[in-house]
Amino acid sequence: MNRSNGDSKLGKLPHVQLLGELRPGARGVITKVQELREATLTLRLMEMGLLEGGAFEVVHEAPFSRDPIVVRVRGSLIALRREEANSIEVVLS
Amino acid sequence: MITQNTDSVPKTSSDPLSIALAGNPNCGKTALFNALTGGKQKVGNYPGVTVERKEGALLTRSGQKISLLDLPGTYSLDARTPDERVTRDVILGAVPDERLPQVLVAVADATNLERNLGLVLELKALGRPIVLALNMMDLARARGMEIDLSTLARELGIRVVPIVAVTREGLPVLMDAVENTLSRGQMEWVTATDSAWRTPDASEVRARFAEVDRILRLAVTRKPGPTLWTDRIDRLVLHPIAGTLFLFFVLALMFQAIFAWAGPPADAIEAGVASFGEWVGSGLTDGALRSLLVDGVISGVGSVLVFLPQILFLFLFILVLEDSGYMARAAVLMDKVMGKVGLHGRAFIPLLSSYACAIPGIMATRTIDNKRDRLTTILIAPLTTCSARLPVYTLLVAAFIPNRDLGFGLGLQGVVMFGLYVAGLLLALMVGYVLKRTAFKGQKAPLLLELPTYKLPSIRSVTIGLIERSKTFVRRAGTVILSLSVLLWFLASYPKQEDGSHSIHSSYAGQIGHALEPFIRPLGYDWRIGVALIPGFAAREVMVSALSTVYAIELSEGTPSSSEEPLLSEEQQEQKEVEALGKALAGSWSLATALSLLMWYIIAPQCISTLAVVRRETNSWRWPLVVLIYLTSLAYFASWLTYRFAVFMGWG
Repeated sequence: MNRSNGDSKLGKLPHVQLLGELRPGARGVITKVQELREATLTLRLMEMGLLEGGAFEVVHEAPFSRDPIVVRVRGSLIALRREEANSIEVVLS
Repeated sequence: MITQNTDSVPKTSSDPLSIALAGNPNCGKTALFNALTGGKQKVGNYPGVTVERKEGALLTRSGQKISLLDLPGTYSLDARTPDERVTRDVILGAVPDERLPQVLVAVADATNLERNLGLVLELKALGRPIVLALNMMDLARARGMEIDLSTLARELGIRVVPIVAVTREGLPVLMDAVENTLSRGQMEWVTATDSAWRTPDASEVRARFAEVDRILRLAVTRKPGPTLWTDRIDRLVLHPIAGTLFLFFVLALMFQAIFAWAGPPADAIEAGVASFGEWVGSGLTDGALRSLLVDGVISGVGSVLVFLPQILFLFLFILVLEDSGYMARAAVLMDKVMGKVGLHGRAFIPLLSSYACAIPGIMATRTIDNKRDRLTTILIAPLTTCSARLPVYTLLVAAFIPNRDLGFGLGLQGVVMFGLYVAGLLLALMVGYVLKRTAFKGQKAPLLLELPTYKLPSIRSVTIGLIERSKTFVRRAGTVILSLSVLLWFLASYPKQEDGSHSIHSSYAGQIGHALEPFIRPLGYDWRIGVALIPGFAAREVMVSALSTVYAIELSEGTPSSSEEPLLSEEQQEQKEVEALGKALAGSWSLATALSLLMWYIIAPQCISTLAVVRRETNSWRWPLVVLIYLTSLAYFASWLTYRFAVFMGWG
């Protein structure tokens, strides 16, 4: 993607990715929590620490299917499936 | 310290202060509850989580009686599971017959305030008397964390007491703070049930956590360092290959414990029951009373108590795995496998528990927040091979399967036994697969779970847990099984013939068996099996003693006249009797009948307690009826198929 090239004027714009696409080792900051079909689930994601502005690190993924993933966020380890994790936009650091 | 205004605190001993503990899962709430109440708890529960009402009593330093309620852990009042709903409703005073707690004790893990304080702020917003217990202060200190407690209390606007629940540090101070909070606040809140709580929207949750961040910036000068060893253990336990192998190792160890280590204590209980029966029998004259006590009550209850060691071993494993933090990891590892049949990773724990007994398994489904997933798990849990099937399997396999050596240390009987276990599991998964694609079709329920920091299981909480489990189990043995044994004894012993003798043929049980015969004839069963099936419907394990009654072999030697072979120990005697029953069965049944009966035992819902617990957990008669009907029809069909196939193979 052009935007991620550091040279252009737009280069400072962060490249937005979805949490559910990341592999272990990825770190960054959560930029947006999109509303899921089930609104209370979005609330619960946030109450468990997946909130805008928070730093995260993908630490593990389950064997074989690489799903669910384990994310370190707000001082705790949270396991969730990639499907739900895809409602969370992040910027890698 | 503020001197207590004793006027406003109820002092009569009949009126204890009601206090409730609320907090995030894994914040050490149950450890605090155990430390405060010790053995003085009223619980009735099974493993998995703290679900049922747990109440305890204690006295403060000033002599005030306190009644303490341990509420299920939750991340917010916005409940997603039945447990969380209980927590919310108790706190809001919306549970009938439940006192509104006079003081809330919010429990927070000091090493994880970033998340724990979210719930604290939500609770505080209710405007009721509240104290914050900052737990695990020792760990916070050890990880280099510095908390300014007075700033924290000022910014939160509530009292904050640092504690270490496991070492009881700070607990008296906490209780003083509770009393003082109430005396300052008078009693006016106690009737305030119209609390201003409603489901928050996303922006309110964001604002709540922004406030948490603001407070922590002021009150915490150094954040806690990382827990290195949790990361290190997880690198092994969640490793794609090593983690899977470790899970299998844990499961193998558990089954080893249930089937091998539980053997000696089970034998000891068996011998104890037998000699107790003999002792009781020798003190009574021959007659109906002795027959009732020895053949009915003692042998009936004893046949169930024998399972206590197995059940305790299973619960020991589950409690330790749960308490150490491993269970959540197992659910993550199993999520995809369970997902293949449409089940949730969390269904793994209930299904595993069902291998000891479907009752704790069904109760453990309360951790599954999706109703369809929960019902599916409840409906298939009775298909896993619970320990009550074991004696029946043992008897039939020993009688009908030749003990051939297959090499590699494997015997044919052992392999068949294992096959019976696998068959139950496969059937459970198949039924789950079908249910999730028909009756319980719908969106896949999300998996969202916290992996707690590993810790050494607390001996105290594991012991308390085990005592609770054994109490519940023994109570069941003392009620359901006892009444069934007496009923069975009566049905098999009466009516007496005119000359005083009696035979099983003409007894009530025999008459029922004969009446049943036309229905079970297609499965290869005769009236005698019919007699044994009836009590077996109430509790599987009764089948063995029922069969022995029917085949007129005294399994439980209680009569003093049975001293023909005094050189045999109780154990050998017992062994001989089971062998004798096996021989009798092998002599009168065909292989086809035995296979058909094994199939029946894999499937049929022969356990009144299971149906009762399904009724209680689903709060309707519909689901226990569904379980009864679907499993009975499935069992009938599968046994018929097995019988026809076996006859076709020439085993009839």
